[in-house]
Amino acid sequence: MMVFAAAGQEAVQQAINALALGSTYALLALGLAMVFSVLGLVNFAHGELVAVSGYAMYLLHDAGLPFAVQVPAAIATGAIAALVMQRVVFRPLRGASFITLLISSFALSVLVQNGLRAIISPRQQGVPLPDFFNESVHLGPYVIGWLEIVTLASCVIALIVLTLFLRRSTQGLGMLAAAEDFQATRLMGISPNRVIAAAFAISGALAGLAAIFLVARRGTVDPGMGFMPLLSAFIAVVIGGLGSLSGAVVGGFVLAAIEVTLDATLPGSVQPFREAFALGIVVVILYFRPEGLLTRVSEAK
Amino acid sequence: MSQRLLEIDDLVVRYGPIVAVREVSVNVDRGEIVALLGANGAGKSTILNAVAGLVPAAAGRLVFEGEEIQRLPAEKIVRRGLALVPEGRRVFPKLSVIDNLRLGGVAQRDRSSLDAVRQQVLDLFPVLRERSGQAAGTLSGGQQQMLAIGRALMSSPSLLLLDEPSLGLAPIIVDEIFQLIVGLREQGTTIVLVEQNVHRALEISDRAYVIANGVVDREGPSAQLRASAEIERAYLGIGVSA
Ligand SMILES: Nc1ncnc2c1ncn2[C@@H]1O[C@H](COP(=O)(O)OP(=O)(O)OP(=O)(O)O)[C@@H](O)[C@H]1O
Ligand SMILES: [Mg+2]
Repeated sequence: MMVFAAAGQEAVQQAINALALGSTYALLALGLAMVFSVLGLVNFAHGELVAVSGYAMYLLHDAGLPFAVQVPAAIATGAIAALVMQRVVFRPLRGASFITLLISSFALSVLVQNGLRAIISPRQQGVPLPDFFNESVHLGPYVIGWLEIVTLASCVIALIVLTLFLRRSTQGLGMLAAAEDFQATRLMGISPNRVIAAAFAISGALAGLAAIFLVARRGTVDPGMGFMPLLSAFIAVVIGGLGSLSGAVVGGFVLAAIEVTLDATLPGSVQPFREAFALGIVVVILYFRPEGLLTRVSEAK
Repeated sequence: MSQRLLEIDDLVVRYGPIVAVREVSVNVDRGEIVALLGANGAGKSTILNAVAGLVPAAAGRLVFEGEEIQRLPAEKIVRRGLALVPEGRRVFPKLSVIDNLRLGGVAQRDRSSLDAVRQQVLDLFPVLRERSGQAAGTLSGGQQQMLAIGRALMSSPSLLLLDEPSLGLAPIIVDEIFQLIVGLREQGTTIVLVEQNVHRALEISDRAYVIANGVVDREGPSAQLRASAEIERAYLGIGVSA
């Protein structure tokens, strides 16, 4: 009986971990999908938006500013960095081939990472968080970390706000339309530059928000910190169906569920191969649903 | 107010090395229905797309309501009251019917009239009102064409460019669309109509231009062109295929 209760409790906690992790992936995947759907660009430098947002938190912390200031600064930094990237790098490349854009975004990623190494430091820097995040709440038999609760709640709120913006506002509707048919959207009187700028700004803000929770988890920042999250987000986007916004969100949660389950069930000796197992499962999913989970076969081009 | 609404002057359009349209001139007066006819690949869509600003004019002038528009992007041109219903309808399939119409209203110059205009469009196409919450991609071809036209009407254009509105539709729906076009003109909208359905287009239009290999091959009052319909049919190369 005791064992059973403990196992149930374990499962619930794993589920909450998966939701928190999944919501972080979802934010990143959504940003990637948004830019891809509007511009046809897979932005490799999306991970660096996470990194610069993380560094904004670090610098502000270093300057003695409180967490309450670091949070909006991280989000704003992500958005502004994304706008700068689009204006300086991607806009001059408008109309370039998919491969050119891909390579450019890869180069940009390397450039930003090296920039952080040169200007700040190649080493990890600590960003201690308010103690509050290390505490837990006891809900009946369950012990749940505040970090997980805040992560999940913030991400869900962000997703709701974004959905309302996309569905209700004309600007948001224009972005959904542009994702479906860019030229036809111009015929509606909607400026492509504004749609593209909005897509980057939102993807950057989401990356900034995700960065807060990633930094909170790790307690540090380093120049390459964006890479693993980017990889996860990319896998999430592929699971959900390239270019599908809701698919990206679902993909984020699915990937996190796979990772957390493997974490909990794989014996210690094969834990180092966790990533390989996760990718293996993704390959199996894609074998059965090559267009992603949320794309109906009839919609596939 | 001058009679001349649109003037296409020696328009040249290139796709890379291909010259799709060479020195085409077309005039459209207020209140007219002008048909552009011609075989597949003649350059009809290219002309409309250039007027709407989707493809750049390599040379020539486009004058709408007395102002040159050949250097304006598509999103600015539609805001001046020149709307294109593109070939293949191009509705936003995952968005609802009403959201498609909302997007059409973005270019409406008189913001305060938006609700009234939407009601007019829905009155014109009752089927769109019935299906307002449905995704546009789930509509039938004819309904999608109505949505594409309704969406363009949301900006209250003074000039409406229609690119093959009858393409792929059942005969009974084609009748409906042609009646609609006549009705729109009666309400004061000027129309440029690109059609493969030569016979019907000549019936409802005032004047027509026959485009062949990127140039105007002949032009004149539709009644005149219709008189030589048999010759036209062979001439346009549709007698064999259609
Ligand atoms: N995007 C493009 N890139 C290259 N060539 C093009 C492009 N669009 C059209 N063309 C070429 O330009 C010429 C004119 O094409 P256009 O689509 O204007 O003809 P059309 O009269 O509308 O034909 P249809 O009746 O088939 O719609 C054709 O030779 C076509 O192959
Ligand atoms: Mg055409």
